Amino acid sequence: MTFSLSTHSTYDMLRHLADSWGLLAMLVVFVVLVAWPFRPGHRAKNDAAATMIFKDENDG
Amino acid sequence: MVSVLARAGVWLAVLFLAVMASALAVDQGFAIHMGIVALAAITALWFTLRSADYDGIARGVLRFPDQGRYDDDPIRWGMIATVFWGMAGFLAGVFIAAQLTWPWLNLEPYLNFGRVRPLHTSAVIFAFGGNALIATSFYVVQRTCRARLAFPGLARFVFWGYQVFIVLAATGYLLGISEGKEYAEPEWYVDWWLTIVWVAYLAVFVGTIVKRSEPHIYVANWFYLAFIVTVAMLHIVNNLDLPVSLLGSKSYPLFAGVQGALVQWWYGHNAVGFFLTAGFLAMMYYFVPKQAERPVYSYRLSIIHFWSLIFLYIWAGPHHLHYTALPDWAQTLGMVFSIMLWMPSWGGMINGLMTLNGAWDKVRTDPIIRMMVMALAFYGMSTFEGPMMSIKSVNSLSHYTDWTIGHVHSGALGWNGMITFGAIYYLVPRLWGRERLYSLRMVNWHFWLATLGIVFYAASMWVAGITQGLMWREYGADGYLVNTFADSVAALHPMYALRAFGGTLYLAGAVIMTVNVWATILGKLREEKPLRDAAYDAAADRPILPA
Repeated sequence: MTFSLSTHSTYDMLRHLADSWGLLAMLVVFVVLVAWPFRPGHRAKNDAAATMIFKDENDG
Repeated sequence: MVSVLARAGVWLAVLFLAVMASALAVDQGFAIHMGIVALAAITALWFTLRSADYDGIARGVLRFPDQGRYDDDPIRWGMIATVFWGMAGFLAGVFIAAQLTWPWLNLEPYLNFGRVRPLHTSAVIFAFGGNALIATSFYVVQRTCRARLAFPGLARFVFWGYQVFIVLAATGYLLGISEGKEYAEPEWYVDWWLTIVWVAYLAVFVGTIVKRSEPHIYVANWFYLAFIVTVAMLHIVNNLDLPVSLLGSKSYPLFAGVQGALVQWWYGHNAVGFFLTAGFLAMMYYFVPKQAERPVYSYRLSIIHFWSLIFLYIWAGPHHLHYTALPDWAQTLGMVFSIMLWMPSWGGMINGLMTLNGAWDKVRTDPIIRMMVMALAFYGMSTFEGPMMSIKSVNSLSHYTDWTIGHVHSGALGWNGMITFGAIYYLVPRLWGRERLYSLRMVNWHFWLATLGIVFYAASMWVAGITQGLMWREYGADGYLVNTFADSVAALHPMYALRAFGGTLYLAGAVIMTVNVWATILGKLREEKPLRDAAYDAAADRPILPA
C-alpha cells in the first residue's frame, strides 16, 4: 500500500471511516431518498405514477 | 450489407478461435466447451448469412403474431425458454431429492449428487428465473416507458447469449468443471461470456429508459435496474479469478481464506437479494396491479421499500459465516442488517397484498391473482424466517442443517416460482394475441399442486433441520457426543422421502402449466365450466337489517 505506513493502519483507517463519517453519509443519503416522495404537494404525482400503467388499452 | 458482413466476420472469427482452442485445449472439458462455442458460432453465422427466412419459419412454427407497437419477439422467446428451463430445473431437483433418499440413484460420475445439484440450482435460479426476469423486464420497460425496445439486435443477442451461458454452465457441471462457489460455479471463460451478455442487457434496458416518452420512470423499472446493475457488480467482484491456462478450464480466485469466503457470501446473499428479490419485486410491482386492475396500494411505500432494500441488503451477507474465522464484528453486522431487513420486506409484502384492498373477491375468483397472493405470502414468510435464522443463537442450531434448505425453498418455490407462474399466465395470452388462457381450471390445479408441494417440502425440511441440529449438539453425561453423523442421516430418511414427494407435486403442477401454455400458444380454448357458478338467490340478496 502506498497511501499508508502499513496494511494494518489502512484497515484501521477504513474501518473507522466506515463506522463514523461513512455511516453518517449513507444515513443522510438514505433519509433524503426516502423523504423525497413525501415532500409537500407530491401526492398528485405519486397517484399519477401509480396509475400510469393503466393509461393504454393497447398494451399487449 | 456492410453490417451483415461485419457481423458474419465476427462470428467467423469466434468460430475460428473456438476450433483452435478446442484443438489446443489442455483438458477435455475445455475442449468440449470450445466445441459447443464453435457450434453456437456456426449457428449464428448460418443465421447471419441465411438464404431462407428462418426467423419467419420459426415465428410461424411458434405461432408468433405480427409485431405491434412494441418489440415483443424476444419476450415470446423468453417465455418459451422460461417454461422449458423451469421444467428442466424442477426435474433435476426431484432427481437429486430422490438421490438423497435412495443413494443408489447416484449414477457415477456424470449424474452424481455433487454434479447434478449445481445443475439444479443454476437451472432454477439463472435459467428459469433469469429468463423470466429478462423477458418480463423487456415487457415492462416498454409498456411503462411507452417506447420500443432500444437496440433490437442487441436484445436478441442478450436472449441467445444467455442461453449459451446456461448451456455452458450446465454441461460444465456434469463434466466436472466448477469453481465450487455456491451460485457462482461456472469457470472463468463462462464468467467472461456472461459479463459481455450482461453489459448488453444493461445497454438495452437503459437505452429503452433513455428513449422513453413517459416522464416518470415507473417503480418496477427501478427494481429491474437495481437487479441488473448490482448483479453485474457482484458477478465481476466474485469472479476475479486467474486461469491456470488460457486454454484450460481451471482457474483460482484472487481472494483466499476468510476474505474469499466473505466475498463469496457477499455475492451469494446479494444474489438472493438482487436477483431473487429485487428482480422479482419488479415483476410484483407491475403484474399484481395489472392483474388486479388496481394501482399499487401506496406508491410512496414502494419507494421506501426500494431504498431500504438497496441500503440494507448489501450488508447482510456475513450471516452465512457465523462462528467462522470471520471477525466477530462482521458477523454481528451481518446479523443486525439482516434483522433490519425484515421491516422493508414486510412493507413490500403489505404493499402488494393491500393492492387487492376492495377487490379481495378476486382471490376467490381469479386463480392467477391467487397465485400472486400466495407468492406474496411466501415472500413475507421467508423474509421473516431469514432474519430469524440470521440471529447467531438460532443459527447455531440451524446452520449446516436442512432447515436452511427448507428456508431457501419456501422463498424459491413459494415466492419466485409463484410470482413467475403468475406473470407467465398473465403474459402468454397477451403476447400471442389470444382471448384468454387455454384453461383457467388448469391454473387452479397448478396452484394447489404447487402449494401442497411447498407445504410438504418446507414442513419436512423444518423437522429434518431441527432433528439434525439437536442430534449434532446432544452430549451425554460422560461429555461425549451421543450421536454419530451417520445416526442423524438415518433419522432423516422419512423426511427426505416426504421432500421428494413434495417436489414431485410441484413438478406435476409445472407439467400442467407447460400443457396449458403450449395449448394457449396454439390458440386452443378449453371448453370448461367456469370456476364459480353460485346461482343468484334473490331472496338472500338483501342487506342484513340491524335488529
